[in-house]
Amino acid sequence: MTISRREYDFQAARLRLEHKSKTAGEKLTSIEEAVARVEDGDHVAFGGCLFSRTPLALVMALLRRRPAGLSISRNLMCYEGEWCMVAGAVEKVVTSWMGIGLPWGLSKIVREYVESGRVPMEEWSHLALGLRYRAAAMGVPFLPSLTMMGSSLVDVGGSKIIDCPYTGAKLLAVPALFPDVALIHVHRADRFGNCQIDGYPHMDADIACAAATVLVTAEEIVPENDIRLHPDRTVIPGFAVDALVHVPYGSYPHECYGLYDAEPEHFDAYVEGVNARGAAAVREYLDRYVYGPTTHAEYLAIFGDAVLADARRRGAELVS
Amino acid sequence: MSAPAGGVTANELLAVMGSRELKDNTTVFAGVGAPMLASALAQRIHAPGLTMVVEGGIVGPKWKPGWLPISTNEMRAAYRAQMLLGITDAFLLAQRGFLDVGFIGGAQIDRYGNLNTSAIGGSYDRPKVRLPGSGGANDIISLCREVIILTLHEKRRFSETVDFITSPGWLAGDHSRRRSGLLFGGVSRVVTTLGIFGFEPSSRRMRLEAVHASVTVDEVRESTGFEVLVSDTLTTTKAPTDEELGILRMLDPARQFL
Repeated sequence: MTISRREYDFQAARLRLEHKSKTAGEKLTSIEEAVARVEDGDHVAFGGCLFSRTPLALVMALLRRRPAGLSISRNLMCYEGEWCMVAGAVEKVVTSWMGIGLPWGLSKIVREYVESGRVPMEEWSHLALGLRYRAAAMGVPFLPSLTMMGSSLVDVGGSKIIDCPYTGAKLLAVPALFPDVALIHVHRADRFGNCQIDGYPHMDADIACAAATVLVTAEEIVPENDIRLHPDRTVIPGFAVDALVHVPYGSYPHECYGLYDAEPEHFDAYVEGVNARGAAAVREYLDRYVYGPTTHAEYLAIFGDAVLADARRRGAELVS
Repeated sequence: MSAPAGGVTANELLAVMGSRELKDNTTVFAGVGAPMLASALAQRIHAPGLTMVVEGGIVGPKWKPGWLPISTNEMRAAYRAQMLLGITDAFLLAQRGFLDVGFIGGAQIDRYGNLNTSAIGGSYDRPKVRLPGSGGANDIISLCREVIILTLHEKRRFSETVDFITSPGWLAGDHSRRRSGLLFGGVSRVVTTLGIFGFEPSSRRMRLEAVHASVTVDEVRESTGFEVLVSDTLTTTKAPTDEELGILRMLDPARQFL
């Protein structure tokens, strides 16, 4: 039984939000100031999915602060979860699946850290984890669902099966997950934090409404009127956002729908290192790409303009 | 991928046999690899009215040959889609009952079609081998009207018991799946590199319904870790045709998944 009361305590989560400033004011800040809001021991939810619109710039800025004792959650956790394990930042990973994808095989880092019991991996079905965020976004302690019953996954998180008060049918009561902090990368926002996402919505809007503190990076900061001309495209209201940072290529080398493609060859090189040298390869990677650069621009310079431009060309081609 | 006799790879065989299980004017929840190829092949051969739904929130994609997706959540997977939903909402389409068929695979499978993709050996907290996890597999097998499992046929996969039920098939057989609260769906077929299994209607035990050309029942038994029931009307599948193989190789010319 690994879920804790603070994950689904809807009354506490509600009071936390009631006491928070819902300012319509300026949210733009630096990435360092944004991630300084994360405290050791927090539950941090990552937006995006696998290698799509991952808030990598935020994760990297957070790791530069050498956090500890975090719980992290993501629907499909990619190798940013491995970074957090090797960096000693996490004590629990909540996900439905962890790896990069079929071509890259089983994660050696997950095997090393989870099999040894160093970092527990709390597994949910993909829908169940989505419903955990959705329940929290709705402000309720659980949502009924028809999924996951009969499986061993019910016991992993300690979720409960209830009788429907109307039909008597068995239902899985999926417990809410109210993260302390959400890290989210979006296509565009105005300076007040009204956010628009193109392409895959993933679970970001639910995560933003579920979390107590919401940190956003945006590819583009647009004039207020651009948002007001297309309000139907806004998926996160500004009053839900605590800090906003302008970070072009904020998911790179993961994809950002319609803007840039992912870099599978970069993943190949990362996995090749991990398969050869295990956690030591992740430490080297972190030194080079995360701790080495002091800004996201310095990080992007490691890849170079030509590579970034090519990712942008492919990204545009894939939606044309 | 391994190349069995006749120059047909394991994934080509699975994609062809999987595609033949799909009917026109239905919906299929399909993941990357063989399920995606099976679905795209069926659309081009006999099921033009088949609609794919993909985990990333994608409804009705028209994948571009040579640009097959590596994940269910990347841009290639959404190519020319009719709709892009959030992930939760895509699965809720299945919970509502819109999905006729789901395709999944698995690392370990038992005689009732229960699948393990989470942890092998030891305990859940200290497993001998930690696998990636459910992803959407548990939801697909819990919520689609019917599920077809596509898998390589190896003795280590076809196991007497699974160490962990990530995705529930018929659980302990008989009515145990319904009693667990799963009121709908179930595994109808297990399509492997040796043949095709159905399930004995009352006990819900896996039963060999067909073998692929040049495969014997004894070979199936040798590659299966549990007792193999054999249908009284066992048939032999028709080998993949040149047309079917030609379409698969056109879709995946670099043979990324074939």
